Amino acid sequence: MADRRTIKSPMPGTFYRRPSPDEDPFANEGDRVSNGDVVGLVEVMKSFNEIKSDQDGVIETFLVENEDAVEAGQDLVALGDR
Amino acid sequence: MRKVLVANRSEIALRVIRTCRELELATVAVYSDADRDALHVREADEAVSIGKPHARESYLNVDKLIAAARETGADAIHPGYGFLSESARFAEACAAAEVAFVGPSAEAIAAMGDKAAARRLAREAGVPVVPGTDASTDADAALRGADEVGYPVMVKAAAGGGGRGIRVAADADDLRGLVGDAAREAEAAFGDGSLYVEKLLERARHVEIQVVGDRHGKVLHLHERECSLQRRRQKLVEESPSPALGPSTREAMAQAAVRLAEAVGYTSAGTVEFLVDEDERFYFIEMNTRLQVEHGVTEMVTGTDLVREQLLVAAGEPLELSQDDVRPNGTSIEFRINAEDPERDFQPAPGRIEGVELPGGPGVRVDTAIYPGYTVPPFYDSLIAKLLVWAPTREQALRRGRRALEELRIEGVETTVPLHLRLVEDERVAAGDFHTGYLEQLLASTSEVGGAA
Repeated sequence: MADRRTIKSPMPGTFYRRPSPDEDPFANEGDRVSNGDVVGLVEVMKSFNEIKSDQDGVIETFLVENEDAVEAGQDLVALGDR
Repeated sequence: MRKVLVANRSEIALRVIRTCRELELATVAVYSDADRDALHVREADEAVSIGKPHARESYLNVDKLIAAARETGADAIHPGYGFLSESARFAEACAAAEVAFVGPSAEAIAAMGDKAAARRLAREAGVPVVPGTDASTDADAALRGADEVGYPVMVKAAAGGGGRGIRVAADADDLRGLVGDAAREAEAAFGDGSLYVEKLLERARHVEIQVVGDRHGKVLHLHERECSLQRRRQKLVEESPSPALGPSTREAMAQAAVRLAEAVGYTSAGTVEFLVDEDERFYFIEMNTRLQVEHGVTEMVTGTDLVREQLLVAAGEPLELSQDDVRPNGTSIEFRINAEDPERDFQPAPGRIEGVELPGGPGVRVDTAIYPGYTVPPFYDSLIAKLLVWAPTREQALRRGRRALEELRIEGVETTVPLHLRLVEDERVAAGDFHTGYLEQLLASTSEVGGAA
């Protein structure tokens, strides 16, 4: 756990795990993600911004719930190597 | 009418509260958890907490708003703009609770809310519409319609409006490819997947007519607003009068807007939006059944208070104004100050306002709810202030605009002020020679917004 890897939100807003309420989540725990893969959206002032992984890894856990308010720089996703 | 609940936030809530005070009406503010320290809460006589920051759980929650009105004994609700201002369901809920909705009837909202049905009503009222189709979820119907009017076309969500739910198709292949996605998106965003097709009018201007009607059958217009300076179909600068239209076009548009408002029994302030092509032919696009963000420019050139008119109409009183009383004078321009960073593709920039200095002097009006130490929350619109100027001529109004923009200082968040400073110096803006695509062309032509062209 010394060097826990995370995907952070670059901006404050509301975090969403799905592209729209009726669709499947962008990613789930246990999924392998590559640099550039979308893992969620952050809505800030009515604009939706894709949150992309900036590294390769496996999603260990989401650190925030769907529709949670998030701060700029807040950890959203914990990544593991496998 | 004695007590008005303002079902909104920020500068528009404050703006409504101000007129209520002048009419000696008591005011009730509502606020989400994100707006505890907001100015509209301080300025109202009473304030009611209505829930979590996300608008769905607060400002869009009909039950909580009606409960707040009941709890405080408010006998009217002003919805402002955005949020529930164009919700027929909210207007009905107000009626059921015996609270006056400060807006048109639920029927008029519904009639104009379906943008494709509104096109039919406009045609029936003798108002020209953009060549296109009626609503359908059928891709073949969209393709047939597009073939008829000619490409490029816009595919619009019938339940959309306000520049949302729009896609552009360059040709039939393009249209075939995007119809399915557009319908799914409309279904997800608006709960209705119906689409309609309109011919894309290039190099057109956006000009809208302000109307107001009472409950005694009178409808009059307060002339036009030119709103062609837009980015991603969102207005950034509005002015009245339009610098481009001749008097006969202006009058014909105003008469068309009044005919449509009469046809739907319109009873409040509303706006009929048109596109105007290079030959000054005009086409109805939609009607907004509420107060408009840019209503202030009309107030400044006509000397009226549109919120006052709305409140009096909602109280059942006849309009005091007659059409002959409405004599526009001079030019007014509004600059929308958004918490966005023009240097970073207008990325929203919420955050703490470290310092504010507002402009003043002759012919300057600022509608805002920010103050030093206020934190602009990330949950709502990025509009944080509206800077309006008035002057006897357009040239003077642009100079006054530049002067006021230079006086305006907002520290702590990035804003659209540098873009406006550039626009007031722009030769084509000065000449009134622009269309709805002009601002984006200008932005694309240089990387640095604040720099010289």
